[in-house]
This record gives sequence, structure tokens and C-alpha cells, in this order.
Amino acid sequence: MLSVKDLRSGYGRIEALHGVSIEVEASEIVTLVGGNGAGKTTLLRAISGVQPITAGEIRFEDARIERSAAHSRVARGIAQVPEGRQLFAPLTVEDNLALGAWSRRNTDVAAELSYVYEHFPMLSEMRRTPAGMLSGGQQQMLAIARALMAKPRLLLLDEPSMGLAPILVDQILLVVRELKRRGLTILLVEQNARAALAIADRGYVIETGQITATGTAQELLSDSRVQAAYLGV
Amino acid sequence: MAEFVQFLFSGLTVGAVYALVALGFTLIYNASDVINFAQGEFVMLGGMTTVFLGLAGIPLPLAALLAVIFAMAVGLALHRFAIETARGANAVSLIMITIGASIFLRGAAQVFFDKQFHTLPAFFGSEPIRFVGAAILPQSLVVLAGAVVIVVLLWTFIDRTLLGKAVIATAVNRLAARLVGIDTRRIVGFSFAISAAIGAVAGILITPITLTNYDVGTLLALKGFAAAMLGGMGIAAGAVIGGLVLGLLEAFAAGYLSSQYKDAVAFLVILTVLFVMPQGLLGRAKVERV
Ligand SMILES: Nc1ncnc2c1ncn2[C@@H]1O[C@H](COP(=O)(O)OP(=O)(O)OP(=O)(O)O)[C@@H](O)[C@H]1O
Ligand SMILES: [Mg+2]
Repeated sequence: MLSVKDLRSGYGRIEALHGVSIEVEASEIVTLVGGNGAGKTTLLRAISGVQPITAGEIRFEDARIERSAAHSRVARGIAQVPEGRQLFAPLTVEDNLALGAWSRRNTDVAAELSYVYEHFPMLSEMRRTPAGMLSGGQQQMLAIARALMAKPRLLLLDEPSMGLAPILVDQILLVVRELKRRGLTILLVEQNARAALAIADRGYVIETGQITATGTAQELLSDSRVQAAYLGV
Repeated sequence: MAEFVQFLFSGLTVGAVYALVALGFTLIYNASDVINFAQGEFVMLGGMTTVFLGLAGIPLPLAALLAVIFAMAVGLALHRFAIETARGANAVSLIMITIGASIFLRGAAQVFFDKQFHTLPAFFGSEPIRFVGAAILPQSLVVLAGAVVIVVLLWTFIDRTLLGKAVIATAVNRLAARLVGIDTRRIVGFSFAISAAIGAVAGILITPITLTNYDVGTLLALKGFAAAMLGGMGIAAGAVIGGLVLGLLEAFAAGYLSSQYKDAVAFLVILTVLFVMPQGLLGRAKVERV
């Protein structure tokens, strides 16, 4: 479904991705684990088209998209829950959701809205509250819900558990699993490798802009180097 | 008393124009972080284009409409060819670009129109209305009413339509706006067009009172900028309040001190704001941007 090949990207003269290749098949949860500054966010942003690339290709459902504008990638079915949530803080919960469906603004989005409110009843209760007033966990739920409003086929999640209490992390991971059951394909970036590998089908390990290991979640969990570096074994 | 009311009305009238110019600054600044010093030229283009289309025999209401559309086209072109092509340039370069654009527009107006002062007939005659001893021009009321209508329309648009919310979204979080699929470049272009329209309308409304020529935009941009700074750059309500306050300060300074001080007021305001309260009057209400 998604295929990234030899992707290079950076900031100014500093290269942050040195030729990264990953594959995500339809209906999989693939996780990308790596430490601080490994290049995870850079990769997700490049896939969404908000981070310029210097080389490589990105295919989505067999179409080359590395030159498409960010908004047309959303229209094709790639949505992202960005690192740090990035909500429209002064706007209400409902406005954030409505803007999440911007790429489908000429169609009826009532079905998505009721799906979201049904699965996140808390958002429904707070629909008139400015997003900036929500708690951290609520904001993360809103960020996920906003991305779902675009009715994506591929969802990119950038450290959705960051800064959340363990019980909220479990809730978020449950939501991610439920989304997979609904047929969504998911690329999940996490520093919390154990949690991510627990729900993923496959994974990649990224270190200083390069993929250094890949395999099924089981394989990575039992890989001694991964254990030492990311699982604290 | 009569004198005071007279100054009050003339202050509110020019203040309304400054407020509209400041709103134009605010819209563009919020959408793109650009401080558009060509904002005053939209005011000039509104007035001058209406005058010259009128001279060419086009009925004035239609001429005014065409002038607004023309100003919007210039606004879009400014964004597309001057701002977009310099994407990624730093704030100072972008400001220089808008100053360059304003010089260019002024030069073009001098060539295509002329260097004379022009006026337009007042919309509802020029017989002053007597009010507690002061003489108020009907056109002053037109300017004030026009400013109110524009502010209400803009507010309704921003608050009630999805496109308006996309403008806010682009202003508060460009990255997130792009990630939900908003074509932020078009939103910024759109903001330039709306700002241009607002400026042009202000120019058409005020021309019967203050006259217009190719060069009126220079001072207006400065005054509008001072108003926006005074209210707090990036805050729409601040722009309106800043404009009115600046207009009143000018009118009272000119009336009670000397008319020579009138234009110095704007400079004083800019300096005072910079030194004493860089956030402006409403600067703390940061979340209420736009
Ligand atoms: N805006 C930026 N300007 C310059 N360098 C940057 C910028 N953003 C990231 N980098 C650099 O690019 C590299 C990759 O950063 P990236 O944010 O992609 O890492 P990450 O894996 O997402 O890290 P984290 O887990 O901390 O979020 C790092 O060396 C980082 O310092
Ligand atoms: Mg990151």
C-alpha cells in the first residue's frame, strides 16, 4: 500500500534521512521505533508531503506521490496524527473535527462525525470547548479523531503516547487496534517500543536516519540488539 | 462642546479607515507572517481606479465594484509573484519585498493614472448635518457604516464558515492545516485578496472626504501599521480599536494643538508601542488571534 524507497531528506545542509526504505501492506500495523532524533518525525512528514525530500520515491497504492502537494496526499487517503498533537487550539473540538474533514468538504461528513462521537463520547460532550482547554489525553484523542475525519486508508501516527500516563497509553493503543479492525492501515511511530511492538504486525528500527533492523513484531521483540537498545532488557 | 464633537467625528472617520487598513495587515500577517507594507496601495487603487473608470464613463457603482475586483487581482498577483516566489525568505526580506511592491504600484499608478488629486461625489450629498453645533458630513457616516459592515461581514465569515475556519487554522498552526489537507498557499492568497478588497473599499469610501492620488497609500500604510501595532499585531479586534484610537488621537492633536502634529502622532504611537508595550493594547489575548 505504501512503499518508500531510498528516501533522503534533511534540514538545510544537514541530512536527517540517509536513504530510508520501508513497506506497509494493506491492513497492517507497522511500527517504526527509534530513539530521540533518529528521523521518525522527518520520515512521517516526508510521507505526508510537509517535509521536502532530496531523493528517493514514495508510492501509495501504486501511484508515485513524492511530488504531490500535501493536500492532495490527504485527498488520496493518507492522514497523519502529528507529534505533539498540533490541534487548532483556539477553535472548538467540533471545528477541529470539521477541519479534519476539509479534504472531503464537498461530501457529507455526518457519518464520520457520528462515528467519532460514538467512539469518543468525551469529545461529543466537549464539542463546544476550545481544543486548547482539553487535557493531554483528550487532546490526543481529538488529534486521532481529527485525522479519522478525513476517512483515510493509511493513518500515520507520530508518538501518540508521548507525555501521557500509562493508563492513557493503553487506551490509545486500544484505539489503534480497533482502527485496524475497521480496516485501516497504520504506520505507528513510537519511542515506547514494547507497547508498539505489542500491537504491531511488523516493525522497523531506525537509527540516525537509517533503517537498522526489520522483521515481524515477534522477531524484533526477541532480537537481542533491539532488546538491549529499546526494551531495556 | 461643538468643537469636541467635530474632532470626535473627524477622528472616528479617519480612524475607521485606519482600522480597515490595519485589518488588512492583520489578515495577511496571521495567514502568512508577512507584514504587507503595500496595504496602503490597495486603498489608493480602490479610489483611483474608481475615479478613472468613472471618467471613462462607467457608472460609479459599477466602477467601484470593478475597482474592488481589480484591487483583489493585484492582491493575488502580489502574493503569487512577489511573496510566493520568495517562499522561505526571512521576515525582513519579505517586508522589503512588500515595500518594493508598494513603490512599484505607486509608480505604475503615476504612469497609468496621473499625479493629480481626484475626488468622487459624496454618496449622499455634501450638505453637512448639524449635530450639537458640529457640522458632520454625510459621507463620514457612510465611512463609519461601511467600516461596521465590513467588520461584521468579516467576523461572520471567519466565525461561521468552514473556509473562515480554515483561515484561522492556517494562522494558528500552518503545519496542522497542511496535514488536514488545507492548501495553505491558496488560503494565504485568498487572505491577500480579501485584504485588498477591504483596502479598496476603504479607499472608495474616504475619497469624497480626503481626495486621492497615486501617493496616498504611503501614509495610510504607515498609519494602518501603527494602528495594528497599537492594537496588538495579529489581533483583529485590536486592529479596529487601534485604528479608531489613532484616528481620534490625530484629530484631537490636530484640533487642540496644531495640524502640523497630525502625522507625527502615528510615529509617536509606533515608538511608544515599541518601547512601552510591544504586545499592543490587546496583546495578551494571544489565543484570540484573527
Ligand atoms: N526543524 C529542524 N531543523 C533542524 N534540524 C532538525 C529539525 N527537526 C529535526 N531536526 C533534526 O533531524 C534529525 C531527525 O529528527 P526527527 O525529529 O525526525 O527525529 P525523531 O526520531 O522524530 O525524534 P523524537 O523521537 O525526539 O521525536 C535530528 O537530528 C534532529 O535534530
Ligand atoms: Mg519525532
